[in-house]
Amino acid sequence: MNIVVLVKQVPDTATERKLRPEDNTLDRAASDGVINELDEYAIEEALLLKEKHGGEVTVLSMGPDQATDSIRKALSMGADKAVHLNDDALHGSDALQTAYALSKALGTLEFDVVVLGSESTDARTGVVGAALAEYLGLPQLTLAGKVDIEGRSIRIQRQTDYGHDVVEAELPAVVSVVEKINEPRYPSFKLIMQAKKKPVQKLTAAEAGIDVAKVGLNSAATEVVDAAAAPPRATGTVIKDEGDGGLKAAEFLAAKKFI
Amino acid sequence: MAVERRLPTPEAAELLELARELAEKELRPRAAEGERSAAFPRDVFRTIGRAGLLGLPYPERYGGGGQPYEVYLQVVEELAGEWLTVGLGLSVHTLACFPVAEFGTEEQRAELLPGMLGGESLGAYCLSEAHSGSDAAALSTRAEAVAPGAGPDAAGGYRVRGAKSWITHGGVADFYTLFARTGEPGSGAGGISCFHVPASAAGLAADPPEHKMGLNASPTAVVRFDDVAVPAGARIGAEGRGFTVALAALDSGRLGIAAGAVGVAQAALDLAVEHARQRRQFGRPIGEFQGVSFLLADMATQVAAARELYLAAARLRDAGRPFGTRAAMAKLFATDTAMRVTTDAVQVLGGSGYTADLPAERLMREAKVLQIVEGTNQIQRLVIGRDLLRQG
Ligand SMILES: Cc1cc2nc3c(=O)[nH]c(=O)nc-3n(C[C@H](O)[C@H](O)[C@H](O)COP(=O)(O)OP(=O)(O)OC[C@H]3O[C@@H](n4cnc5c(N)ncnc54)[C@H](O)[C@@H]3O)c2cc1C
Ligand SMILES: Cc1cc2nc3c(=O)[nH]c(=O)nc-3n(C[C@H](O)[C@H](O)[C@H](O)COP(=O)(O)OP(=O)(O)OC[C@H]3O[C@@H](n4cnc5c(N)ncnc54)[C@H](O)[C@@H]3O)c2cc1C
Repeated sequence: MNIVVLVKQVPDTATERKLRPEDNTLDRAASDGVINELDEYAIEEALLLKEKHGGEVTVLSMGPDQATDSIRKALSMGADKAVHLNDDALHGSDALQTAYALSKALGTLEFDVVVLGSESTDARTGVVGAALAEYLGLPQLTLAGKVDIEGRSIRIQRQTDYGHDVVEAELPAVVSVVEKINEPRYPSFKLIMQAKKKPVQKLTAAEAGIDVAKVGLNSAATEVVDAAAAPPRATGTVIKDEGDGGLKAAEFLAAKKFI
Repeated sequence: MAVERRLPTPEAAELLELARELAEKELRPRAAEGERSAAFPRDVFRTIGRAGLLGLPYPERYGGGGQPYEVYLQVVEELAGEWLTVGLGLSVHTLACFPVAEFGTEEQRAELLPGMLGGESLGAYCLSEAHSGSDAAALSTRAEAVAPGAGPDAAGGYRVRGAKSWITHGGVADFYTLFARTGEPGSGAGGISCFHVPASAAGLAADPPEHKMGLNASPTAVVRFDDVAVPAGARIGAEGRGFTVALAALDSGRLGIAAGAVGVAQAALDLAVEHARQRRQFGRPIGEFQGVSFLLADMATQVAAARELYLAAARLRDAGRPFGTRAAMAKLFATDTAMRVTTDAVQVLGGSGYTADLPAERLMREAKVLQIVEGTNQIQRLVIGRDLLRQG
């Protein structure tokens, strides 16, 4: 079983995140890059599938040079090798173009299943999985909380607000995962050491067969024109406990119709 | 506050990042409750073991991490600052592996070390006894040789009788590194041998853990050896050389205690600085009072000095140079520093520092034990003084 897991490097949500004033794309220098949180779950699921069915896990990431750090981290969790799609022409690509570019890069690989996060923590469009499946002409199994593969058939539980759907398809397929699916492992120091020796293939847009006229900021269908931080939370009401703190808190909640 | 570290290799930097992540995600959320309930967090040791932290300074060919002490100790520091039970536990485990790694035969290493260092197994180090603490060479647990043919294996072996006191991981360890008397009673340092004893050995049992002032999630217990059969092949090093093994292990182990102490002190300093920024009295942050900021400055300086001292000793060790005296200095200075800094941190935090809502008071209770274990600080001074007078 050949498994490809998509890994996006995003700015650490714990640090301040900024856009570059000149083109409103992400200011990657402003904060530490980390693996998109849901992609850690995708990596874990890919590793679990490999442990169960054998085969290889390949990381595919599209991003600038510094995405290497996230690729290394994915390898030190246990992935076998990586492909790094890196080209200035891709800068500023929107979700659809990203899906197109990733589909081309996937065209250079052999795979039975593509696993990815259901959304990123930076742009959060949540559409890359679906768009990618369209471009590849493959079944899309989205929002998976559980994945089972038997022979050439794959079955997932799609998490919904009211429970879950069971969706089945034939391999190859694209699966996006949600947090509930597993508990991502930590890297191990041994794997960190081994990761240095694992192959990371650099891929340019041309090598992937990407039509550069179709990607990048200039031809993007959508454009980020502005971003604003959420307004700071209004200062709350401070209740000083002078023996009647509990009562005052209850009164406050009752006034707001919480109790 | 993240400590600025100079690390020798990129993989060491990644290792420290992994240690920080484990400390923040696995230790920090559980430390306070773990100490309150005095429940040993065996699962946390599994997690750090699977991450490869339970064999760091030992060779890769035996399943270790092949890391210098300089790097391994900074991992101990990071973990100890979040939860001393885990940081000290890591240090004690590493200490317990030392005799086999350094004094074992090639055969013993190949057979035992992969399991000991692999991450699933936890060790204990059994030297102290009720009547021999600082004077460890006076220990009386007997390992009596059994004639070949009559013993547990064809080559003979030993029968061990006695009890070890204050053993960290007593009752939860998977193996016990034991020092026992093979010579006649009263044979002194030259009559002691070292053994590797699995927890499953018949006749080995631990009493319920002691009730302690701190470090309560780490079991400290009497371990009893009631006619335990130990095969000759489980003796580490020559008969009668055990005390040399024990002291060599402690030279390195003390560095682990020093690193743990720096972690505890750093954590207390961080709390104090944060509080001095936030807490306002007389219309301004208390950090603006010189009486507070000078205290913080002294704390920070001592923590930095303690860290450099243990790292200097570690680098000597890593370079293959004698480092025992420097290790004793590091243990002495770092643990006295931890006691002072944690006490001052409680002071800076005022009433909130004395409550169990914040970790300051716990860190202060934890610091105390570090002045006692692996040679009290009086014994460190004795080691340093002896070395001074021997020279020249
Ligand atoms: C503030 C901001 C707002 C944006 N708004 C929009 C917008 O409204 N519309 C739009 O089209 N674009 C938008 N973008 C651009 C968007 O960030 C990129 O197109 C991005 O590469 C894909 O979108 P996503 O992160 O939302 O993907 P999602 O669909 O949320 O991500 C799902 C999964 O796709 C995979 N994935 C995504 N990108 C990559 C990659 N580069 N390499 C490997 N795997 C990947 C990951 O596994 C991820 O978990 C915005 C960017 C920013 C910074
Ligand atoms: C939490 C905890 C965990 C421990 N874990 C382990 C373990 O895993 N394995 C193990 O083997 N032991 C362990 N110990 C035991 C520890 O190493 C001993 O407690 C320590 O060595 C001191 O021995 P003692 O308690 O008998 O004190 P004593 O030796 O009785 O000392 C009492 C006091 O006299 C002082 N003193 C003694 N001799 C001298 C001297 N010559 N000059 C000046 N002052 C002196 C000491 O400094 C001390 O202040 C642990 C102890 C604790 C509290």
